[in-house]
Amino acid sequence: MDIDQVKKVAKLGRLDLTDAELGVMATQLSAILGYVDQLQELNTDNVEPMAHPLPVQNVFRADELRPSLPVGEVLKNAPSRLGDFFAVPAILDAADDASH
Amino acid sequence: MSSPYQIVVGLEVHVQLLTQSKLFCGCSTKFGASPNSQVCPVCLGMPGVLPVMNRKAFDLSLRAALALNLNIASFTKWDRKNYYYPDLPKNFQISQYDLPFSYEGFLEINAASDPKKEYKPKRIGIIRAHLEEDAGKNMHDESGKGGDSKVDLNRTGTPLLEIVSKPELSSPEEAKAYLDEIRLMLREIGVSDCEMQEGSLRCDANVNIHIQHEGELAATPLVEVKNLNSFGSVAKSIAYEAERQYAEFQKDPKNYRIGNFSKTTAGWNDAKGVTVVQRHKEEAADYRYFPEPDLVPVVVSKEEIEAARAAMGELPSQQRKRLQESPFSLSAYDAGVLSAKGRRMVSYYEEVAKEIGDGKQVMNRLSDLVMGTLNERKEEIDQFPITAPKFTDFMKATAKVNQQDRRDVFKHMLENQSDAATAMTALGIKSAADFDEGALRQAVKDAIAANPAALEDFKKGKTAAANRIKGHVMKTQKGAPNDVVQKLLDEELLKA
Ligand SMILES: [Zn+2]
Repeated sequence: MDIDQVKKVAKLGRLDLTDAELGVMATQLSAILGYVDQLQELNTDNVEPMAHPLPVQNVFRADELRPSLPVGEVLKNAPSRLGDFFAVPAILDAADDASH
Repeated sequence: MSSPYQIVVGLEVHVQLLTQSKLFCGCSTKFGASPNSQVCPVCLGMPGVLPVMNRKAFDLSLRAALALNLNIASFTKWDRKNYYYPDLPKNFQISQYDLPFSYEGFLEINAASDPKKEYKPKRIGIIRAHLEEDAGKNMHDESGKGGDSKVDLNRTGTPLLEIVSKPELSSPEEAKAYLDEIRLMLREIGVSDCEMQEGSLRCDANVNIHIQHEGELAATPLVEVKNLNSFGSVAKSIAYEAERQYAEFQKDPKNYRIGNFSKTTAGWNDAKGVTVVQRHKEEAADYRYFPEPDLVPVVVSKEEIEAARAAMGELPSQQRKRLQESPFSLSAYDAGVLSAKGRRMVSYYEEVAKEIGDGKQVMNRLSDLVMGTLNERKEEIDQFPITAPKFTDFMKATAKVNQQDRRDVFKHMLENQSDAATAMTALGIKSAADFDEGALRQAVKDAIAANPAALEDFKKGKTAAANRIKGHVMKTQKGAPNDVVQKLLDEELLKA
């Protein structure tokens, strides 16, 4: 994994890394990927793709209301609040609000 | 008026499902509650919480998918779509990526150039529909001073159905017709209330145009228009965007082509009536989808599909076909108008039409009297004081009454909560059955005797003079059947 790839992943993960850290990450992530890559050696021709490690399906709950948290609890860990809202630094690109 | 280009549009529609509780927790989905009052640790994405899927949300999705003629996957799973945004506390949205629960369907829309006058069916392909969770809501500082944005997480986790059409809509009008049909259908089958104002229906439009250019078909780059807040703005933004792309193409026909650009996003500015293309992002969104480990897959049985189909009931498209057949025999256009009013109006119509027999006439009376009145009174048909049996009586009693008298009777019934017979007595309008021919003939004779001048004119060949005599008869015999009076008058004038 090269430095540019690490930079991209760091950006996606909102991590601010120094040049030194980027170098360390490149080495470590390459080692991790190399290790996981060993799985490629297995022949999986006759193995069904697995969507979930547990052999369980169809777990549902009924459409019933449960109490929500008091708003004070909801906002307890918020770094900043405005009334009963979470407050976050101004979002410049408001069009990003649209559905993803 | 032939356009130099062909508009090509695909719509992505998100609708909130009509559940009481959210998709993965028991918090309420009710709109308009005070900020952050419908939030729990699952909504907040706290460590260690476990989402559990709402059965009703899945059933409603299944119902909607069947109504959209989609195939139901026998095996489906959920995935994490990763991105950072303040309205998404987990930093990922639980959605469906490679194995959505439904795929490949279609919706029939009215593609008539003037949908107010005719009905022309067109099938629009649906690529897929999948079930995902909604995000919270951001409110931005409007002062322009760059103050903090406010976040309300009440909407977080509300079940959303995303419906993706094929790029088979060819005009702003078709896009609107598609939305009209989706809304009508999803409301009818109880899946969503589709209120754009409250955000329970949202829509993004993927727009480009095809141009015949130097003997080949050129396609412009794809633009996704967001921030559309009404069906009207969807239509307007498509028309605007198509013109804008055509202007861009004319500036640089060699390079302004779909292969040379990745999809860009544009916001619709409703006040200015323009699309605003976003700064071109250096890299396409990288959502790094991977399977959601906290949710197990869902396998759908044939029985569940049949149950969902049964819960769906009659769809507007099926209804329109049925209304064009015997015993109703409505035109495609009338069937469309009636169907668009919803199931309750259709059953009101059916109840009356089965008694009266003449489906077309019942439709005319409903359009003339009931539909407009409901709009004025902002009332639904099932709250309407003139019930179907009362309206049936009214139609029978006023069958031979002229239009103005009929409207008066209807108005009287409405204002006095009365029935047709009472209203007609009060207004001095007799019902067809109340006239005996002998008395009517006498009234005609009296009228002829009372209008010697008109008789004179008639005898001189001025046949229109007969109308003066007839008017005289109708004044004293309110509600008398027009055709009978005419017949008697013709006979008596010959004798006079
Ligand atoms: Zn919750």
